[in-house]
Amino acid sequence: MDFATFLIQLLNSVQYGLLLFMLAAGLTLIFGIMGVVNLAHGSFYMLGAYLGYSLSAAFDNLAWALGVGTLLAVAFGFALEWLLFRHFYHRDHLDQVLLTFGLIYIFEELRSIVWGDEVHGVAIPALLDGSLPLTDTLSYPIYRLFMSGICLVIAAGLYLLISKTRLGMKIRAGAFNRDMAESLGVNIKLIHATVFALGVGLAAVAGMVAAPVSSVYPNMGASVLIMCFVVVVIGGIGSVRGALIAALLVGLVDTFGKVLLPSMASMLVYMLMAAVLLWKPEGLFKQ
Amino acid sequence: MTTRRLVLSRSAALVGAASSGLILPSMVRAQSGKVRVGFMLPYTGTYAQLGVAIENGVRMAIDQQGGKLGGREIEWFKVDDESEPSKGVENASKLVQRDKVDVLIGTVHSGVQMGIQKVARDTGVLNLIPNAGVLAATRSLCAPNVFRASYTNSQPTLALGKAMMDRGHKKAVWISWKYAAGDEALEGFKQSYTAAGGTIVKELGLPFPNVEFQALLTEIAALKPDAVACFFAGGGAAKFIKDYAAAGLKGKIPLYGSGFLTEGILDAAGPAAEGIVTTMHYADSLDTPRNKQFRLEYAKAFRSQPDVYAVQGYDTGLLLIQGANAVKGDMSAKPALYKALEGAVIDSPRGKWTMSKFHNPVQDIYLRQVENKENKVIGVAAKALADSGAGCRMG
Amino acid sequence: MSAPKAHTEMLPRSVQFALALGLAALLLFPVAGSDFYVQMVTRMMIMAIFAMSLDLLQGVTGLVSLGHAAYFGVAGYALAFVTPADAPVSLWWSLPLAVAGSGLVALVIGFFVVRTHGIYFIMVTMAFAQMVFYLFFDNKALGGSDGIYINFRPDASIFGWLPFDLEGRKTFYYVTLVLVVAVYALLRRLLWSPLGRALAGIRINEHRMRAMGFGTRGYKLTAFTVAGALAGLAGYLWGAQTGYVNPELMGFHMSAHAIMMVILGGMGNFAGAIVGAFVFEYLLHVFKDMTKHWQLLMGGFIVLVVVVAPRGLLGLFGQSRAPVGPTTMPPPQERPHG
Repeated sequence: MDFATFLIQLLNSVQYGLLLFMLAAGLTLIFGIMGVVNLAHGSFYMLGAYLGYSLSAAFDNLAWALGVGTLLAVAFGFALEWLLFRHFYHRDHLDQVLLTFGLIYIFEELRSIVWGDEVHGVAIPALLDGSLPLTDTLSYPIYRLFMSGICLVIAAGLYLLISKTRLGMKIRAGAFNRDMAESLGVNIKLIHATVFALGVGLAAVAGMVAAPVSSVYPNMGASVLIMCFVVVVIGGIGSVRGALIAALLVGLVDTFGKVLLPSMASMLVYMLMAAVLLWKPEGLFKQ
Repeated sequence: MTTRRLVLSRSAALVGAASSGLILPSMVRAQSGKVRVGFMLPYTGTYAQLGVAIENGVRMAIDQQGGKLGGREIEWFKVDDESEPSKGVENASKLVQRDKVDVLIGTVHSGVQMGIQKVARDTGVLNLIPNAGVLAATRSLCAPNVFRASYTNSQPTLALGKAMMDRGHKKAVWISWKYAAGDEALEGFKQSYTAAGGTIVKELGLPFPNVEFQALLTEIAALKPDAVACFFAGGGAAKFIKDYAAAGLKGKIPLYGSGFLTEGILDAAGPAAEGIVTTMHYADSLDTPRNKQFRLEYAKAFRSQPDVYAVQGYDTGLLLIQGANAVKGDMSAKPALYKALEGAVIDSPRGKWTMSKFHNPVQDIYLRQVENKENKVIGVAAKALADSGAGCRMG
Repeated sequence: MSAPKAHTEMLPRSVQFALALGLAALLLFPVAGSDFYVQMVTRMMIMAIFAMSLDLLQGVTGLVSLGHAAYFGVAGYALAFVTPADAPVSLWWSLPLAVAGSGLVALVIGFFVVRTHGIYFIMVTMAFAQMVFYLFFDNKALGGSDGIYINFRPDASIFGWLPFDLEGRKTFYYVTLVLVVAVYALLRRLLWSPLGRALAGIRINEHRMRAMGFGTRGYKLTAFTVAGALAGLAGYLWGAQTGYVNPELMGFHMSAHAIMMVILGGMGNFAGAIVGAFVFEYLLHVFKDMTKHWQLLMGGFIVLVVVVAPRGLLGLFGQSRAPVGPTTMPPPQERPHG
């Protein structure tokens, strides 16, 4: 591998890592702040992608589709929290596993009924539909850079939200000690609903943003879910910063693994996780 | 105490209901004069669309003959195999042992087919394969009662190598998912390409169903081969085609593949797919009266356009009809039935094909190029191509 | 915190009666059931063993493993590897070998995973199972994505004398039934043994146990290994019955289904796991026959159970006897990590 190729692969790793981060951020929030195991996170990603498909066809404009889609996803998150998840915060993880596993079945079937089982493409908006030449044969798609940009904006936004705003303060207080926060007048129910809706929104946005390059198809959430778990575990549950670093690590290992150690590529990420846990059983950044 | 008694009687009722449910179906099943045909196809999950197309095809073929098999009425059975290999044997037994089907039509997924094959070999039920291309089904695990109406995974790529050499590509990179179907497609490509004098510079693979292709596309760009050959299908194929174009490789390094690369996803892939050349045993645009008539009738019957899976289903139906007619619907006359199936000549929308002695189609493989979101036939890559059947010990 | 009882650790008499009734029904079933249903019930019993093995972790020790299928699958593959293409293999060494193999894999993986707690444990077990899945899925030498056939069921003969022939469907059924009862008896005994009490103690308050001088990690590793070995017993039977093993046996869905079964029936007493396995498999069967939208029914049913019967189906029986006990696992914030 010459140096130029190496640099490009590095770019690929970062780009994939950032996408993983966007997916895992919502999961780590829901895990860390509410202590809810959410197996249906992959389904939210899938629903987001299908929303992106329908909305971009309806609006013919990505910005509008993203905006409306995000609102719909967040509203959906609030509804789901109010209807179901609210009643599960005090239940043990097993019940949450059971609930969200049941939801996977339901969402998958609803997807089939609403959207059918075909593979659909989502057009890349004309403005972003180009490539920057890197070498004589290879160029880099602008849309991928745009995706990375969105991921960075989200990462920065989450950081600011949690560490600099009043809402973030309440969220942290609630995660640290629910009862004390409540006795200090924090409306913990509303905080939880907000965080949950935010988590669903993040997964759906990831799906919408990824849809133009990944296409939309049945079961697309399943493989994503497990990768997200790995990222969250490596990073430390509840830590957004940990998720970012873990996602970049996973991106790196996955990308270079495919090229340098193809026979073990599928296992490398899990080995990375085992190694991290051997070293730090609570992940890199324990919250 | 009342609670407990209530619970007890409730539980007794539950147990009773459950066990009668278990036993009853075997008693109500009366012997009827109908031919029992079972579909074991994916109706949920990634391949749901394919399952429906195949069932449509089979029913259409049989409806065109008056809806009967060898003069007998048909009773249909259906099982959703979910494309889940671990339930393959269980689902196949459901049709064979519970529903007592005379013929089992299935399936799409190769791993699930392995389960069906197991049951077919153990019970001797007639199995017609409408898609799954797993080599073993008509090679090491072949059986007198298993017939395939589709292709083997290596058949399309067995015609690809020469076509690529003819177009002057002497050095190629191969890329696919690392799983059985990908490996088997590679086997066909390797054989045909090296025989024609080509060199495979590198075999790239990524774990199934991973769709993060960027790292390997970078690798391809660095290797600068004359061409790339691949095997992908479904949602992953659409993404691969798009990523390939977005990485700037399209137009610089031509992309070839087993035909499944461009089946059912051309709308999703959009302009990125234009110009891709593939080899397969069918193309929607095949310009024959037989195909045009088929497409018209299918569209009329099901209000959707048929694809290669519908054709394979249709051919499975035609095959079944020929067999059943030969024995006048007496599906228990196995030697005569198998003989008829072995000698079948299917006048298919894909062109006439015959059955090899290993029970796999001997068929023409077309060279196709994507043009305006359609697989245009640009030639015949191989005439009457048969699978080697290596390792098949049968009669 | 007073030491809470597991969901229905002490079985109410009504449950005991129902179990006895169930056993009688299982004993008589092959007389009435057709071949298909005999096989189906055999499969349910195998899943019951699998679910019971998980219950040792999940219900008794409070460790939720989302990767239990790995040990199930490994034993199935072990049988596939030692069975020659043209002859059966002896039951008497292949079964211990397969069970030990699963136990060994569980021991190695357990070494890593018992260091983690709560949600971590769930996800780490899943990730390891995924690793095992890919090991088999990606390597042609291990059968690859298409899996391996087992052409013959194990041979039970001892020096030429054949006590029972597993090729017979009913024989296989009764052998499996005996094993279900044996595993149940073994685990129930274990529940009241010092080991079982220690494991229950870990579920209730691991810190207190450690303060009292228990090496909790060693106990957890023991539980994990035993559970893995018993899952291996189920996997071996599954491989022998089905004659075909594939990587999906170790997949995410298989693991998740096992969890469903245990929760569905009620945790911590092994009877619930048996009931859960039967109910889950039977409902899957019924729903799939009913409609093409069976996923909606199955998903709806699971959600309904978790909403209205959080202690599982057996929990419905015990409700009049005891108030709903504390959850099996304290919420994460009450559980300091360490």
